[in-house]
Amino acid sequence: MSATKPAIFNEMLNGEQVRSAYQNLEKWYRSMPAELRSLKQNEAEALFRRVGITFAVYGEGGDPERLIPFDMFPRVMTAEEWRKLDRGVRQRAAALNAFLADVYDRREIIRAGRIPEHLVTNNEAFEKAAIGFRPPRGVFSHIVGVDLVRTGPDQFYVLEDNCRTPSGVSYMLQNREIMMRMFPQLFMESRIRPVDGYAGLLKKTLASVAPQKCQGEPNIVILTPGHFNSAYYEHSFLADLMGVELVEGQDLFVEGDFVWMKTTEGPRKVDVIYRRIDDAFIDPLCFRPDSMLGVPGLMSVYRSGGVTICSAPGAGVADDKAIYTYVPEMIRFYLGEEPILENVPTWQCAKEDDCKYVLENLSELVVKEVHGSGGYGMLVGPKSDKSTIESFAAKIRKNPDNYIAQPTLALSACPTFVEEGIAPRHVDLRPYCLVGETIELVPGGLTRVALKEGSLVVNSSQGGGVKDTWVLAE
Amino acid sequence: MLSRTAEHLYWMARYIERTETTARLLEVGARNALLPNATGGYRNDWEAVLLAKGTLEPFLEKYRETNQRNIETWLFFDSDNPSSVYSCLSAARENARVVRTALTAPVWDAINGSFQELQQLHRTERSKLMVTDLTEWTLRACQLIRGAFMSTQLRNDGYDFSGIGTTIERADNTARLIDVKYYVLLPTVNYVGSGLDQSQWALLLQSMTAQRAFNWSYQGEITAAKIAHLLILNRRFPRSLRACVQWYCEHLDNLAESYQTATAAQEVAHKLLDDLRAATVEEIFEEGLHEFLARFMSRNAEVATTVHEVYLSGMPT
Amino acid sequence: MRLSIRHITRYRFDEPVRGIVQSQKLWPADCASQRVLAWTVTSHGAQTGAEFVDGAGDMIRLATWRGPLTELTVEVEGEVETADLYGVLREHRERIPPSAYLRPTRQVEADAELKMLSAVALKGLDGASALDRAHALSRAVSEAIAYKPGETQPHTTASEALSGGVGVCQDHAHALISVAHVAEMPARYVTGYLQASADGSPHEASHAWAEIWVPELGWVGFDAANACCPDARYVRLGSGYDALDAAPIRGLVQGATPEEHLDVEVMVTAVQSGQQQQQ
Repeated sequence: MSATKPAIFNEMLNGEQVRSAYQNLEKWYRSMPAELRSLKQNEAEALFRRVGITFAVYGEGGDPERLIPFDMFPRVMTAEEWRKLDRGVRQRAAALNAFLADVYDRREIIRAGRIPEHLVTNNEAFEKAAIGFRPPRGVFSHIVGVDLVRTGPDQFYVLEDNCRTPSGVSYMLQNREIMMRMFPQLFMESRIRPVDGYAGLLKKTLASVAPQKCQGEPNIVILTPGHFNSAYYEHSFLADLMGVELVEGQDLFVEGDFVWMKTTEGPRKVDVIYRRIDDAFIDPLCFRPDSMLGVPGLMSVYRSGGVTICSAPGAGVADDKAIYTYVPEMIRFYLGEEPILENVPTWQCAKEDDCKYVLENLSELVVKEVHGSGGYGMLVGPKSDKSTIESFAAKIRKNPDNYIAQPTLALSACPTFVEEGIAPRHVDLRPYCLVGETIELVPGGLTRVALKEGSLVVNSSQGGGVKDTWVLAE
Repeated sequence: MLSRTAEHLYWMARYIERTETTARLLEVGARNALLPNATGGYRNDWEAVLLAKGTLEPFLEKYRETNQRNIETWLFFDSDNPSSVYSCLSAARENARVVRTALTAPVWDAINGSFQELQQLHRTERSKLMVTDLTEWTLRACQLIRGAFMSTQLRNDGYDFSGIGTTIERADNTARLIDVKYYVLLPTVNYVGSGLDQSQWALLLQSMTAQRAFNWSYQGEITAAKIAHLLILNRRFPRSLRACVQWYCEHLDNLAESYQTATAAQEVAHKLLDDLRAATVEEIFEEGLHEFLARFMSRNAEVATTVHEVYLSGMPT
Repeated sequence: MRLSIRHITRYRFDEPVRGIVQSQKLWPADCASQRVLAWTVTSHGAQTGAEFVDGAGDMIRLATWRGPLTELTVEVEGEVETADLYGVLREHRERIPPSAYLRPTRQVEADAELKMLSAVALKGLDGASALDRAHALSRAVSEAIAYKPGETQPHTTASEALSGGVGVCQDHAHALISVAHVAEMPARYVTGYLQASADGSPHEASHAWAEIWVPELGWVGFDAANACCPDARYVRLGSGYDALDAAPIRGLVQGATPEEHLDVEVMVTAVQSGQQQQQ
């Protein structure tokens, strides 16, 4: 686990040689005159703006309708590379769901001593209100976003799992749409597997977990916090693609055994809610009493089998960074298989020895908050100055349970358009796995790219951009 | 359809209509200011314009002086004025943004594009902007939005709710304009029929782009009775009260048909239409124009309340 | 002992409200110390439904009222046969592991004073049994907070009650949960009824206390407000992290919220065996 600097894996180049997957793209790039490039870049931006795909950054003020920078140079994966990821991601999604179904029921994995009890039951994301209820088909996390990074030809690591409501899938779909519109020729020359089946699969997945009390075609809705939310565009985009209503808490109410939505023709029963609201806010009568976003009484209807909530309340306990360490263990325990995808070695500051090591090696590690997300509250040791590191060390000492640390990985780099042409920039990958009656995964995902030279932070809230992600057909 | 979606479409349409009315008022006020001695200087006219929008007080509080530049700013750009072009168009866009998926791409483009242009105008140096540029731009933007809406939107319930919004708002605005003219501009009844009165009536026609309509529909000189007929009872004139009410009745009938059930909303709207059909200008003047208009506005508002209660609340009682 | 309970909650609003949703946790569960003989909850004019038993073994039901409405009444009536088990909760069916009850909520989060209270109470008791430690904590809370109605509010926290030195049963329960958490003992809030005086007059008849997890015994009730453990005079209704989470009625008014007037009436009387229940 030493943090010496290994060579950075270049997705396109093997030494001087262009990898076969990138040969078409390299030709395309070299034959593109600079003027055309900037023309296309403007066109792409105009297209994004027209469809209204914008992004607001929490707590930063400024233009709430800022665009996430789109880089036109695609990230490519061969059929063989994808095969492994595909198997690995499905395996992980299955194990995470088995874990959730277990910890809210018989807690076998805890009894077996494979995961410490307090990490689960004393975890903020563990919901007492979810205990003793088996959601339809036993699925808790219906959309699992797995964040992957690559460090070598065959080395993929899982950085984190997202079991609640992973966002960004609209970029996966729109990036492809825009690339196909702007460069149809490229798609004729390369055989790229489509991703546009995602919305259909999502709808199928959600329909497959309709509650028992639902007869006939289930009425599915997406529950959004509202149009001020940074991911509102995505919520409306998905609702539109699936042909389902996009609702806010105020559009729903409970009465009798069901949840209803207010329509111009009177109340209409709702069967499946794909919610994009955190647990704490979905029902002020069960969780935060001050929530204006949720539906009072929703949890009772859920628990009595009148409606399905996706992801299920309490699903967050599986993607907690302290639990993350145990995912390989879950895979072995529930599936009896060896993990296909590796975890990044992780030190838990909650453990005394680990904490000591972390504090001694801060300048070489990445430290994250256990419950943090979006790249906030983290320290990238090698990129931080002494005073930043010192003040962070104080935070860790004050509340060690709240932090984990990982080695600074040599994230792979993908060619990215810059002022002077192209240059390698670090990327990650988030595929979206759907879990219902079956487990589905479209070939692709969201590639995020750290646009600043040398930067390892790919979060859109921290200056990251996005790319189209290609999986080549066999 | 989700009640809230219908509500946003309804309010989007109302705000677009309101945007246009404000621009029309601004245009009329500005044009009138070019006519020396028409009504004893421009000042009172401007105040009347503000009175029509019910914003004279907050204006005076903020600007103190009633000069043209201040009024232009107030009516066009000022976001402190809830009925400024800027406020109304951004409210329209905000409503549209929330129900983005219920709109076709051309409609969203028209609204969003207009709003971006408006922001551009906002950033432009004021000395480079003529008031007529502003008002013409606004009328064009509103017509573009409505045109995109009419030619691309599915004729579903959303279309009807938007149509109801447009016509309820327009009926209210027309009634308000006539009322302002008659009740506010004329301090005493002595003025009725005087030269001053004549030019006031002409101003009213102008504010509704109705001079040609008037000339085509009526012979001879402009009289109060003819104008009242045009603006209140003429079913051919698209801003008349009767036309607006008839229009929303049609939308409400569509709703009753697609939902296969009629409600209190159809009932109150048709009752109002029947009364307008039966009304004559003589009766209106007999009742008193102001009284008639006040009664109309309250009945029009009752239609709005009933539509809200029945369709937009989602929980009809 | 056979206890008869009558619990009426009336809400009145100054202006008509659009609607109300209530989550009701108003049904006592059978356990070794209590057997429910008869129990009815009537939400006058409401639609009820979505009934379920949660992981803690408490039945929860929704009641909704559509407005406009200016008042509503929830009426609870029943009879329970109780036994004195010195506060030990036995044969109660629940699925939530005790370790889930170590979580600080806003109302039971420990500040320095509560931490100190916990440490002082347990001084010299390092080797003592969990039960003895729990008794010591309960005693400490009884002594630190004097019973005095009207000084604290429903939203008062444990630390506020402790620094004020006065409170009602809710405050005692919060403080006890808090100091137990400090000692890493799972603890929770319990609601119920208490036959406080022989004539059944409403002296904190609608009651609350705490339960502390004692590994050898399971959950054990401690009523720090009355410096005792629940006995045959107590009826256990439901539990939760704190008063909010355990509340027998958690409700929400839809739309604008006018001034609300709450009127609670609780009568707990002992029924002589053989005597007919009063109607």
